[in-house]
Amino acid sequence: MNGQSAHHALTFTIFAAVIAVTMVVTYLAAKRVRSASDFYTAGGGVSGWQNGWAIAGDYLSAASFLGIAGLISLYGYDGFMYSVGWLVAYVAVLLLIAEPCRNIGRYTLSDILCYRNEPRQTRIVGALSTITVSTFYLTAQMVGGGVLVKNLIGINYEVSVIAVGVLMLSYVLIGGMVATTWVQIIKAVLLVCASLLIVMLVWAPYGFSLPAFMADVVADPKVQARVATLLGDPAKSMTAAELGQRFLEPGLYFKAPIDQISLGMALVFGTAGLPHILMRFFTVRTAQQARRSVVWAMIIIGGFYVLTLFLGFGAALHVGSASIAAVDAGGNMAGPLLAQYIGGGPDALFGNFMLAFVSAVAFATIVAVVAGLVLAAASAMAHDLYVGVLRAGQETSSQGQVRAARVATLIVGALSIGIGIAAKGQNVAVLVGLAFAVAASANFPCVLLTLHWKRCNTGGIVAGMLVGTVAAVGLTLVSPNLSYPLAIKAAAHKVLDAEAAKRAAAHTAQDLAAIDKAVAKAHADLAHWGTATTSFMGLERPLVELKNPGIVSIPLGFLAVIIGSLLRRDRRAESMWNEVYARQNTGLLVSKGGSASA
Amino acid sequence: MANEDAVDWDAIIRDPRFVDLHRRKSRFLWGLMALSVGYYFLLPIGAAWCQPLFRLRVWGVINVGLLFALSEFVVAWLIAWVYSRRAGRDFDRLAALIAADHRIKP
Repeated sequence: MNGQSAHHALTFTIFAAVIAVTMVVTYLAAKRVRSASDFYTAGGGVSGWQNGWAIAGDYLSAASFLGIAGLISLYGYDGFMYSVGWLVAYVAVLLLIAEPCRNIGRYTLSDILCYRNEPRQTRIVGALSTITVSTFYLTAQMVGGGVLVKNLIGINYEVSVIAVGVLMLSYVLIGGMVATTWVQIIKAVLLVCASLLIVMLVWAPYGFSLPAFMADVVADPKVQARVATLLGDPAKSMTAAELGQRFLEPGLYFKAPIDQISLGMALVFGTAGLPHILMRFFTVRTAQQARRSVVWAMIIIGGFYVLTLFLGFGAALHVGSASIAAVDAGGNMAGPLLAQYIGGGPDALFGNFMLAFVSAVAFATIVAVVAGLVLAAASAMAHDLYVGVLRAGQETSSQGQVRAARVATLIVGALSIGIGIAAKGQNVAVLVGLAFAVAASANFPCVLLTLHWKRCNTGGIVAGMLVGTVAAVGLTLVSPNLSYPLAIKAAAHKVLDAEAAKRAAAHTAQDLAAIDKAVAKAHADLAHWGTATTSFMGLERPLVELKNPGIVSIPLGFLAVIIGSLLRRDRRAESMWNEVYARQNTGLLVSKGGSASA
Repeated sequence: MANEDAVDWDAIIRDPRFVDLHRRKSRFLWGLMALSVGYYFLLPIGAAWCQPLFRLRVWGVINVGLLFALSEFVVAWLIAWVYSRRAGRDFDRLAALIAADHRIKP
């Protein structure tokens, strides 16, 4: 108990230090936030490398920092393969999106879309899509963040969600994009430092040899036992060495290749349509700086995922998948537990220091990502819907715009806390995939085609946004991702029917404990679902087998933009093409924030 | 304050240097994009349908699959490097020249 309280004191001290640093930065930033341009885009005063770090800070969410390390620790190769798409996504951002967006846009996604299209309609669909994508992503972050903070420092879930929300709100409300940028930079630097330190400590005993480290991983009995559990019956004919080697081969997590390709498409094209990432390109002054920021971001993000390879396999080797899954079934605690082990375990001061440090970084990660998302959603609400649509044609003073932005931030922030608490205990992992799918199916085709296709017009944008969003959300609602009571209850009955036979065959106390756990879960499932027979959508079984809608909804989104554009005649969009085309390629008259007129 | 009408966009579009810049840039960008997307999807496709190859051990316990996944990072970085080098040396210079000629001094 004494060790426990000493541990908590240490954790709180480190958390307080991280929060104090970001608060000082926010206080300094507040003095620089006067106009709408300062609030939304830090007045365009961010340099290329700073923006690169901030993009990494905005992008490396808890899902990628903790989730991918966890996936590798539990499923080996497939987890690592999953991480690749998160980096490759930036090639599309670099080549097709970043520079033209900087040259054409101003504050939001809709600013790019309405440049040559009918402003009212495009602003409305652009803002709705921004709010949809950001809300899905935000909900996943708030729920995931609440659970993490609860696990890491032992305060209850609701308090965790409120703490994340209030801290994020204070950064964004006080310091706008200036503070958000610096919080993201600080978080990215801390994240990279923490990961580097752990990887050095994990890898050094092997003289930094990759085969030597991996050889130890596959020779580990915990890893071999994990593979045996995952494979089930086929594992009985395999030797221990074969089981270990299997951990480095594909197929332990992704069973259906089509799901994985579909998920890959959503990642690779969706990143270029994420409003909170697009928004970051308006914080730099020129296309060259935008390019430089993506290159920096790619170095940091890619380097980080290479480090996660060691974090994941290191956790599988040292902590063991059973212990990781016991704390959190998704494997989210793999990184923090590895940090604790590397520092000497739960009884050593350094071990607890490492755990506390990684926990503080995880907390900063959640807050920084949430801040970026709230800013994106609030800008769509205030800049696009309020200033651009409701008060269209009226002059809104700079102070009025900043006030609208702050009010919108407060609304989005309060909503995110509310949704976070309401969604307690829900499986929100599907929402991250859905956010990427909507971004890839609606935002990406619209942004890409308005920038690169002459005939694209208002009809295409409206059709693409609606069809892309509806297709992605609709396909997810009828997919196997939702809970289907009949299937769950059938599985539970199967577990209960097999209980007696399994108990008879069990050899160790560990086997018996696993059976007890499975039986308890089966009873809980039966009690929870009661007489329900259909999913939330009123379906007894999924209509489609596809877990991620990308492979269908992305082509549909593109098709909708093309057909919508061809069906509608839009003289303005066509006559503006030369300007859009010349502007995005030359950077002439690029909006420097406050000075240029919209 | 910049006056939006001060630039004759149509004249830029007609400028042969702009036509040339855009043609070379497009070919280069879309070529790299196709390369990147193609190389990326080889990974899930290989993992699903070329398992014997992916399982082949080549460096201690390390197999082709792991090396291939690592090579995805290297290829993404190389594409970024190749593009930013070409853009910095070639496209930016030409774009600045064209922009300078068509900018009307306030």
